[in-house]
Amino acid sequence: MMYNLAIIFGEQVKVMNGVEGFMYPNEIGLQWSVLIVLYPFITGLVAGAFILASLERVFHVEAIKPTYRLALLTALSFLIVAPLPLQLHLGHPERSPEMYFTPHSTSAMAMFGYVYLWYLMAVLVFEIWLDYRRDIVLLSQSTKGLLRWLYKLMTLGSDNISPRSLHIDEKVGWVVTLIGIPSAFLLHGYVGFIFGSIKANPWWSSPLMPVVFIFSAMVSGIAGVMLIYMAVTKLRRQPIDIRCVDSIAKYLFYIFIIDFSLEMLDLIHRVYEADESFRSLDFMVHTKLYIPHIVIQIILGTVTPLVLLSITQVVKLPEQVRKRMYVTAGCLAMVGIFAMRWNVVIGGQLFSKSFLGYTTYKMALVTREGSLVAAGLSILPLFILWALVKLLPPWPSEHAVQPVAGD
Amino acid sequence: MNLSRRHFLVLMPAAAIAWKSVLAGTPEQASNYKISEHWWGMLIDIPKCIGCGNCVRACQAENDVPDGYFRTWVERYHVEDENMTNPQVISPDGGKEGFPIATEDAGKYFFVPKMCNHCSDSPCTQVCPVGATFVTPDGVVLVDPKYCLGCAYCVQACPYGCRYIHPDKKVADKCSLCYHRITKGLTTACCENCPTGARQLVDLKNPKDPIHEFLKTHSVQVLKPQMATGAKAYYNGLDGSVR
Repeated sequence: MMYNLAIIFGEQVKVMNGVEGFMYPNEIGLQWSVLIVLYPFITGLVAGAFILASLERVFHVEAIKPTYRLALLTALSFLIVAPLPLQLHLGHPERSPEMYFTPHSTSAMAMFGYVYLWYLMAVLVFEIWLDYRRDIVLLSQSTKGLLRWLYKLMTLGSDNISPRSLHIDEKVGWVVTLIGIPSAFLLHGYVGFIFGSIKANPWWSSPLMPVVFIFSAMVSGIAGVMLIYMAVTKLRRQPIDIRCVDSIAKYLFYIFIIDFSLEMLDLIHRVYEADESFRSLDFMVHTKLYIPHIVIQIILGTVTPLVLLSITQVVKLPEQVRKRMYVTAGCLAMVGIFAMRWNVVIGGQLFSKSFLGYTTYKMALVTREGSLVAAGLSILPLFILWALVKLLPPWPSEHAVQPVAGD
Repeated sequence: MNLSRRHFLVLMPAAAIAWKSVLAGTPEQASNYKISEHWWGMLIDIPKCIGCGNCVRACQAENDVPDGYFRTWVERYHVEDENMTNPQVISPDGGKEGFPIATEDAGKYFFVPKMCNHCSDSPCTQVCPVGATFVTPDGVVLVDPKYCLGCAYCVQACPYGCRYIHPDKKVADKCSLCYHRITKGLTTACCENCPTGARQLVDLKNPKDPIHEFLKTHSVQVLKPQMATGAKAYYNGLDGSVR
C-alpha cells in the first residue's frame, strides 16, 4: 500500500516536473539555461560581423564599404556583452579569473578567456583603433571639454597623422584583419567545439559542430550587420546604398547555402547511421523540439529566407521590393540562427543520457538566468553600439563636418 | 611543577607540533595510509541487489546530499522478452524508499545501483576549465568545492548522469567514494549499509582483495563501455538493456 501510494505520488511529481519516461535522477533540471543559448548567439554575431568587415579590408569587396566600420563597431558591441551571460550563469562568478590564472590544459572551456582576450584586444580593438586613429586625432583637436580628453586618451599619444603614418596604419590594419579572420573562426569554432567534443551527448557530439557554428555565425553576423545598416541609415534619413545591400545579400545567400548544406549533412548522417541514440533524438525532434527545430529553425528560419534570397538572385525585382525581401530574410535568418542555438543548447539537455526519457525546460521570468535578463542582455549590445557610434562615427562625410553628432 | 630550561626547550617543539595538529583539524587520512598503494573501484553484484534503498539513505546521511539530488541511486528495470531494447525503468526518489510492487508478470525485473564510476579517463575531469575536479593518485574522482566555478560543464560531460550542481553550495557535487572513510581503512557508507553485499569497495592494487578472484571467475562489465572512460564500477550480471 505504501509503495502504491509512493508510486502514485511519484508519478504526480514526475508529471509536475515535466518528465516523460525515465531520466537519471540528477538529469531532471537543466544545467544550461537560456543564457548559454545567448552566448553562442552573441559570439556568432561577433564573428560574422567581423568576417563581413574583412571582406572589404582583405578581399577588397568595395561594394560593402559603407558597412565596414559599422560591422567592426557591431562586433565590438556584442563582444563586450559576450562574457556576461556566462558570468551570470556561473555558480561562483567571483572565481572565473581562475580560468586565466590556472587554466586546465585539457579543457576546451579553459581556453575561453584567452581566445576572448586575444580577439577583443589583439584583433578587434586594435583594428578599430588603427582604422579610427586619424579620426580620433582630428576629434581630439576639434572637440572641447571632457570629450576632448577622452579622445586624447584614445589616441594613446599617437597623434601623427601624416600620410606616411596613415599608410603604416593601413598596412598594419590589413595584417590585423588577416590575422582576425582565423581568429574569428577560432572564436566561434571553439564555441562549437565546446559542444561537439562532449561524447556523452549524441545530440552535440559531432566533428561538424564547430564548422556548422562558424557558418551559422557568418549567417547571423552578416544578416545582423545588414539589418543594422538598413535601420541606422533609415534613422539618419539617408538613402540606403542598394549596391551595398545587394552585395551583402548575395554573400548572405551563399554562406546560408553552405550552412544549410552542412546542417543537412549532419542530419542525413544521423538518420542514415541511426545509432543507439537515434530513436530517442528522433522522438524528441518530433515532439518537444518540433516547433523550435522543424518549424522555427528549418522552415521559418532557414528555408524561407533562402527562398526569398534566391528569388532576389534570379529575378530582377524593383529596388523597394528587394529591400523588403532582404529585411524579411535577414530577420528570419536571425530567428533561425537563434533557434539553432536554442535547439543545440536546450535540445541537448531535454533527453536522458539513458535514451529512455525526456524532461522539460521551464524558463523563469525574473531569476538570474530568466527570460528578462536574457532579453536585457540581447538589447544591451545595441545600446553599446549606439554609444560607440556616437563616439566613433562610422560615416566619414558627417564626422568631418560635425565630429560628435554621429547619427 | 618545576620546568627547567632544558625541559622547556625539549617540550616546545613537541607542543608546537601538537598545536599545529589541533589547528589543522582532523586529518583527512590515516597516518599509515599510502596513497600510491591503492586503486579504488566498486563491485556491484546485480543479482544480489534487492532494491531496499539502504545505500541511497546511507549515502545521503553520510554525505549530507541535498533532497532531490543523488550521489548514488537505484534503478529498477523491467525488461520484456520481445522488447529488450526498450526497458521500463523507474527510480522513484532515487529508490531511497524502495520500489512499488511489480504489477506485471511478463519479462524480468532487476535492480541496478548507480553511482560515479570513478573513471580513470574521466570526461568530467577532462573538461573542467580550472581543474577543480581531478583523479586522485588512488583512483578516486573528486571535486574541490573551494575551486569549482559551478559552470556545470562536467555535469554535461558525465555519460552516467552522476553529477549535479549543489543547490546551496553552487558547485559540482558527486560521489566521493566516501574518501574521508576509505583513507581511514573504512568502507563506503553505501557498502557498509548494503544488507546483501551487493556493493563492495574494491582495491585493485591490493593483491589480497577478493576482487581479483571475482574478476577471474565472473562475467563482469562496466556501464556504457563504448564511452571508453575507464570506468571502475564493475557490474556482475549486467543485462544488455541497462543504460
